[in-house]
Amino acid sequence: MTASTLLAQGADIPAPHIEYDQLGPTLLVFGAALVGVLVEAFAGRAARFGAQVTLTALGLVGALGWTIWLAADSKPHHVAAEGAIGVDGPTLFLQGTILILAILSLMLIAERRNAHFTAQASALPGTEAEQETTAAGIVQTEVFPLMLFAVGGMLMFPASNDLLTMFVALEVMSLPLYLLCGLARRRRLLSQEAAVKYFLLGAFSSAFFLYGTALLYGYAGSVRLGDIAAQLDKDAGSETLLLAGVALLSVGLLFKLGAVPFHMWKPDVYQGAPTPITALMASCTLVAAFGAMLRVYYVGLEHLKWDWRPAMWGVAILTMVAGAIIAITQTDLKRMLAYSSIAHAGFLLTGVIATSTDGLSSTLFYLVAYGFTTIGAFAVITMVRDTGGEAAHLSRWAGLGKRSPVVAGAFAFFLLAFAGIPLTSGFTGKFAVFKAAVEAGATPLVVVGVLSSAIAAFFYVRVIVVMFFSEPEADGPTVVAAPVTAAAVALGLAATVVLGVLPQPVLDLAGHAATQMFVR
Amino acid sequence: MNDFPWLSLLIALPLVGALAVALLPTAREKLAKQVALAFSLAVTVLALVMAARFDTGGDRFQFTETHWWIKEFGVHWALGADGVALTLIVLSVILVPLVVLASWTDADRSGGVDGTPPKRSVKTYFALLLALEAMMIGVFAATDVFLFYVFFEAMLVPVYFIIGSYGGPQRSYAAVKFLLYSLLGGLLMLVSVIWLYPLSAKPPAEGGLGHGTFLFEELRGLHVDPTTAKWLFLGFFIAFAIKAPMVPVHTWLPDAAAQSPAGSLVLVVGVLDKVGTYGMLRFCLELFPGAAKWATPVVLALAVVSIIYGAVLAIGQVDLKRLVAYTSVSHFGFIVLGIFAMTTAGQSGAALYMVNHGFSTGALFLVVGFMIVRRRSARISDFGGVQKVAPVLAGTFLIAGLSGLSLPGLSPFVSEFMVLTGTFGRYRVPAAIAAVGIVLAAIYILWTYQRTMGGPAVESVRAMPDLSAREKLVVAPIIAIIVAMGFFPQPVLDVINPSVKQTLARVDRQDPAPKINVAENGARP
Repeated sequence: MTASTLLAQGADIPAPHIEYDQLGPTLLVFGAALVGVLVEAFAGRAARFGAQVTLTALGLVGALGWTIWLAADSKPHHVAAEGAIGVDGPTLFLQGTILILAILSLMLIAERRNAHFTAQASALPGTEAEQETTAAGIVQTEVFPLMLFAVGGMLMFPASNDLLTMFVALEVMSLPLYLLCGLARRRRLLSQEAAVKYFLLGAFSSAFFLYGTALLYGYAGSVRLGDIAAQLDKDAGSETLLLAGVALLSVGLLFKLGAVPFHMWKPDVYQGAPTPITALMASCTLVAAFGAMLRVYYVGLEHLKWDWRPAMWGVAILTMVAGAIIAITQTDLKRMLAYSSIAHAGFLLTGVIATSTDGLSSTLFYLVAYGFTTIGAFAVITMVRDTGGEAAHLSRWAGLGKRSPVVAGAFAFFLLAFAGIPLTSGFTGKFAVFKAAVEAGATPLVVVGVLSSAIAAFFYVRVIVVMFFSEPEADGPTVVAAPVTAAAVALGLAATVVLGVLPQPVLDLAGHAATQMFVR
Repeated sequence: MNDFPWLSLLIALPLVGALAVALLPTAREKLAKQVALAFSLAVTVLALVMAARFDTGGDRFQFTETHWWIKEFGVHWALGADGVALTLIVLSVILVPLVVLASWTDADRSGGVDGTPPKRSVKTYFALLLALEAMMIGVFAATDVFLFYVFFEAMLVPVYFIIGSYGGPQRSYAAVKFLLYSLLGGLLMLVSVIWLYPLSAKPPAEGGLGHGTFLFEELRGLHVDPTTAKWLFLGFFIAFAIKAPMVPVHTWLPDAAAQSPAGSLVLVVGVLDKVGTYGMLRFCLELFPGAAKWATPVVLALAVVSIIYGAVLAIGQVDLKRLVAYTSVSHFGFIVLGIFAMTTAGQSGAALYMVNHGFSTGALFLVVGFMIVRRRSARISDFGGVQKVAPVLAGTFLIAGLSGLSLPGLSPFVSEFMVLTGTFGRYRVPAAIAAVGIVLAAIYILWTYQRTMGGPAVESVRAMPDLSAREKLVVAPIIAIIVAMGFFPQPVLDVINPSVKQTLARVDRQDPAPKINVAENGARP
C-alpha cells in the first residue's frame, strides 16, 4: 500500500466529533495533571511544592467552575464524544460533587505542618536512604499530579456511556490511587502492604469488569449502554451471555464500592493509606463508583431489573449488616471508619435498588452528605497525633473531650451524622434513600437498614464514650490544629449541619439533576 | 396576636439560653448557673402567658404555625398545642427551673454526685439542660410526624451526655444502654414514619391524600389497609413502649436512673418518658385506630404486668433511685391502661396522670437527690431515722411518697381513680388486677419511709443538715401544685377533655353505658 492510497483512505475516515465544551472539566483536570508532571521534571525542588499546590487547586477550581457553568446551561443534554461520554444532569451533579470533595481532600493533602507522605517512596523503610531523604527535608510533591490523574478518572467514570470507556476511566482512576496508598510517611510497611493488596485485588476486579464487558459485547454486539438496553428491549440474544456478563460486570463495580463480599480490601487500605488519601478514597472514589453503578443499572440494565434486583437485595443486606457488625470489633479508628463506609455503601445500594427518579436523586444527595462528613472525620483523625504520627488507636483517644473539647465535639458530631441522628446530614440522606426504597416496595430492605443503623450506632457511640466519658491518659496524644486541616474540618462540619437542618436547596439540586435521568 | 409564634419562640428561647451558657467562659460557673436559671424562668413565664390564652372551647390545636421545611419530603415546621400537649409543655417548663435550682451544686467540682468528681464543666451541664428543654417543648408541640420524630431523636443526645458525663460510677454503661434502647425504638418508628409518605401520596380513591405529607391533621384522614396499619402501629408502639417504658423493654430505666444525676432524672422520668405515653395517645390511636383496637388486649396485658411487676420490683430494691424508677414503671402501666381502655374517663385520667406523675415523681426524685447528696450514698440501708435530724426533708419525702401512692387529697389520686373507673367500665379484670398496684404502692412507699426516715437516727445521718433555703424553694412549688391539683383538678381537665374527645371520636368508641346487671351480656359492649 502506498502512502498516497493511505492518505486517500484517511480522508474517508471522518474525524470524530468531540464536544470539547462538555468534556471541559475532565480535560482541564487531566491537563493540569500533565503540567504537574512537567513541573515535577523541570521546576527546582524549592519551588515545586508551591507550584504544585497552586496548579492542582487551580485545576480543580477551574473544573468546578466549568461544571457549574455547564449545569446552569439549560439546553437538553445528549451524549458527547461519539457516544462514549454522557454529560447529563446526574453526571454534572456527580462531577461537581467529586470536584468539591477533591478540593477538600486537597486541603488535607497539602497540609505541611503534619507531613503525611514519605519523602521518597523508593527509599526502603528503615534504611539509611530513608533517613537521608527525611533529614534532607524533602517534601513529596508527586502526590499532586497523581491525585489529579485519579480525580480525572473519577470524573470520567460516572460519565462513561460505554463499557470500554468506563473501563479506561476505572484504570485511570485506580492506578494513581494504588500508588498514593503506598506513600505514608509513618508505618510505611503497613502502607506498602495496603498498596499491594489494593493493587492485586483491584487488578483482579478490573479483570472481572473487562470479562463482563466482553460477554455483554457478545450479547448485544456493542459496548454502548444504550445499545445493550435496546437489545434487552428486543428480548433477543443469548441470555446466558447477558446474565454472566452482568454478574461479572457487577463484581467489578461492587468491588470499587466495597460492597460485601467484595469488601476485603477496604479496611486494610483505609488503615494503611496516608489519611488524606483515605479521605479522598472514602469520599470521591465512592461518589465516582456509585455514579458509574447508577449509570450502568439505570441506563443499560433498567429493563433487566427483575433479574438483578434479588441479587442486589442480597448484596445490600449483607453489606449493611456485615459492615455494621464487624465494625463493632474494631479498635483502630481508620479501620472502624472503613467498615462504617462499607455499611454506608449498603445504605446507598438501597437507593440504587429503588430504580426510580427518587432513588437517583436520594442517592445523589446521600453521596454529597456522606462525602463531606467522611472527609471531616478523617481530617480530625489527622489532627490527633502523638510521637509516632497519628494516634488512630481508639484507646489513645480516651478523654480527648476533656483535652480539646472542640475537636472531640466536632468528631462526635460527625459520628452522630454517620449514625443518622436527626438534624445532621446523615439523617436527611438516610431518610431520602429509605423513602425511595419504601416507595419502590423495598420495605423489608429498609427494616434491615434501620436495624443495622441501630447496630452501627453502637460503635459510633462507643467512640463518644471513650472521648468524653473516660479519663484522659497522662501521655495522651496532642491535637495539632494545623490551619488548613482545621478549615477542612470546619467546612465538613458546616456542610453536615446545613444539609441536616436546611437540606432543601441541595435536595432541589439533586432532584433537578435526576429529573432528566441519564442520557442514553 | 393570633399569629404570634408562641411555640417557635418557646423552642428558640431555651436554645438561645443553651448557646449563651455554653459560650460563657468556663471559669464563670456561678454566672452560668444564673444565666441558665434566668432563661428557664423566662421560658416558664412565656409558657404560662401562652397557656393562659388557651381557649378551652376553641379549636383543638391552638397557637398553630405551619411553614414548609423540607418540601422534597413533604415536611413542615408545623407546631400547635392541644390540651394534652399544652399541659405537658407547662409541666416541662415548670420543672426545668426547679431542676436548674436543684442541680445548683450537682455539677460543681466539689460536689459531684455520689462522691465521684464531675467530668466536665459546670456550664455544659446547664447548657445541656436548656437544650433538652427546647427539645421537650418541641416534641410535644410538633404537629408534623416527621418533626416529631426529629425532636424525639434529637432529645436523646443531651440526655446521653448528661448521664454519661455527670452520672455515677457506671454512667457510661447506663448512657449507652439508654441511647441504644431509645435509638432502636426510634429507628423502628422511622420505618413507619417513612412508610406514611407513600401512603399519603396515593390518590384519594386508594385511601391516600393525593400528596405526600407528614402533617398530623391531614394524616388523620388517611385510610390505610388493615394489615399495613398493623405494621405501622407496631413501629410506633414499640418506640413508645421503650420510651414509656413498659415491661419487657423497661430495663434501661433503672440503670439510667441509678447513674443519672438526680436533677436531670426528674426531666428524664418526669417529662421525657411521657413522650412515650403521649405518643401512644396522639399517634398510635389517632393514626391507626383500627390497629390500636386490634392490639388492645395485648397492650392491656402488658400494662397490667407493668403495674404489678414494676411495683413488686420496687419493693425489692435496695437503691433509692432504682426504687423510684421501678415505681414509675408501675405508674406508666396505669397511664397505658387508661389510654387503651378507650373511655373518656380513662383517657382523660391518663392524660392527667401524665402531668401528675411528672410532679409527684419529680418531687420524689428531688428529695431523694437531696438525701443522696447529703449521705453520698443511694442505698436504703445507709439511712435510718432521718426524721429525727431533718424533719422537713422527711416531711417532704412523705408528701411526695404519699402522692405516689395516690392518697386522696393529693393530685395523683384523682387521675388514678379516673383511670381505674374508666377501665373498669369496659375491662373489668384488668382494672381489678391493676387496683392491686395501689396496695403494692403503699408497701413500697411506706416501707421505704419507715426504713429511711423512721426509727432512731443511725450514726451516719446524725450530722445530716435539713433542707436549705434553696432546696425548700425547689420543692415548695411542686408540693403546692400536688395539693392544689388534688383538690381542684377541674381546670386542667377542662383543658384536656376536648382533645381526648377528639381522640375517642377518631377511634370510634363511645363510653360504655353504666350497667347495674353485669351478668347478662358481659362487660364488653
